[in-house]
Amino acid sequence: MTVVPIIKRDHICKLAEQGKRIDGRKFDEYRKIEIETGVANKAEGSARVKIGYTQVIAGVKMDVGEPYSDSPDSGVMTTAAELIPMASPDFEAGPPRANAIELARVVDRGIRESKVIEVDKLCIEPGEKVWIVFIDIHILDYDGNLFDAASLAALAALSTANVPAKRFELGDDYPLPLKEPPISCTSVKFNNVVVIDPSLDEEEIADARLTVATDTNGDIRAMQKGLNGSFTREEIQKVIKASIDNGREIRKQLYKNIGK
Amino acid sequence: MKSDIKLIDDNGKRLDGRGPEDIRPIKIEASVLHRADGSCYLEWGGNKVLVAVYGPREAIPRHSQNPLRAIVNARYNMAAFSVEDRKRPGPDRRSREISKVISEALEKVILLEQFPRAAIDVNIEVLDAEAGTRCAGLTAAGVALVDAGIPMTDIPASCAAGKIDGHVVADLGKEEDNFGDADLPIAISPRTGEILLLQMDGHLTLDEFNKALDLAVKGCHMVSEIQKKAILDKYQPALEEK
Repeated sequence: MTVVPIIKRDHICKLAEQGKRIDGRKFDEYRKIEIETGVANKAEGSARVKIGYTQVIAGVKMDVGEPYSDSPDSGVMTTAAELIPMASPDFEAGPPRANAIELARVVDRGIRESKVIEVDKLCIEPGEKVWIVFIDIHILDYDGNLFDAASLAALAALSTANVPAKRFELGDDYPLPLKEPPISCTSVKFNNVVVIDPSLDEEEIADARLTVATDTNGDIRAMQKGLNGSFTREEIQKVIKASIDNGREIRKQLYKNIGK
Repeated sequence: MKSDIKLIDDNGKRLDGRGPEDIRPIKIEASVLHRADGSCYLEWGGNKVLVAVYGPREAIPRHSQNPLRAIVNARYNMAAFSVEDRKRPGPDRRSREISKVISEALEKVILLEQFPRAAIDVNIEVLDAEAGTRCAGLTAAGVALVDAGIPMTDIPASCAAGKIDGHVVADLGKEEDNFGDADLPIAISPRTGEILLLQMDGHLTLDEFNKALDLAVKGCHMVSEIQKKAILDKYQPALEEK
């Protein structure tokens, strides 16, 4: 660790002892979220999501291809994330590194495992031709909490996507069949304080991170812990509660922005 | 490739209703990203481009450093979802070439000698592509460099001209680019008229070339005014407060 992060860490921890955060938020306060859909016209669906200064864009493209042999009548989805050098002085060009791969896989799992995309409705000819859904996520401005921003952008892009059947001469375009998506909320812990929606400064000094995805019933649909610190049971309870509460608000905003 | 569609009608109007010398509508906003030292968002017809500038900062790897001046690394990148058929992410030969010609155009106007051993990184992301992305990228890069406070002799502006159905016109649109006869993207330093970038493909007679170049230069000057307005819109309020 170099000098600057140590000073910053001391500063943030001191503030936390007084119940404050570096950007003036409360411990359980999420930053302002903005969702804008239809930002890329060539994409089947697209969305730009801002969480504070963090900015992410997601685009959905679709193509016709072969199904996997173990699920011959299901569509296929893939998720890719690019931490492009635009977003931070620390990101470099080139093939995706571990961070980008982890991000893409966590977003992918959130969508795939909770079956947000109804892949069984994306079959054209069993065993021969199915729809392939590409979700591409670009990080434009990195100020912490990419997990929530990326998954929210992916969900918003999917929610506005139309299957381009006409372009492939397969009839008329129709909206991509989707189910109710779970919403992800991330918290981090440093110096025995747990805060939701970490900014970059907080993320950099965090000991542990926990992402919780919750559905409309307030049930938990996915969790992912990261970093080498630990949580107590009480802390985990607190994180889950905060994720359910904030998830409800974020879902309301998502529905409002996609006109649902 | 030749096609049957008529790119210009009997009244001299083009497919999108423009006259031969008209350029597509342009919208520029400076300083849109938080982390970058300078940034710019630009819409030009159906193109949407975002540019972030980082630097001057130490050039890495070390052997890329020049002890006498800074180097400019423009990186033109198309989003996978920016075109009709998904583009494979990452640089290809086309984007490498465009990155190179844009870097060289920018190096001409930036006062490189002030920053020995440094690099100025210009990241150009194409979010939506519809003919003329390199002009859009270079134009946005000019504004982003100003926003980053990089000393320059001028703000580079870019515009293309070309030939469709035998007529020389400014700023080719998508169909015009696909089915036209020639495309001539250029960039200039508007203050001096020096040409910073020039490429051409297709077929033009010398007369046609001169006419196309005139139109493109004219387009660059129009673009330049929009650039200056975007910068003033961003910084005028702050200046007036002082």
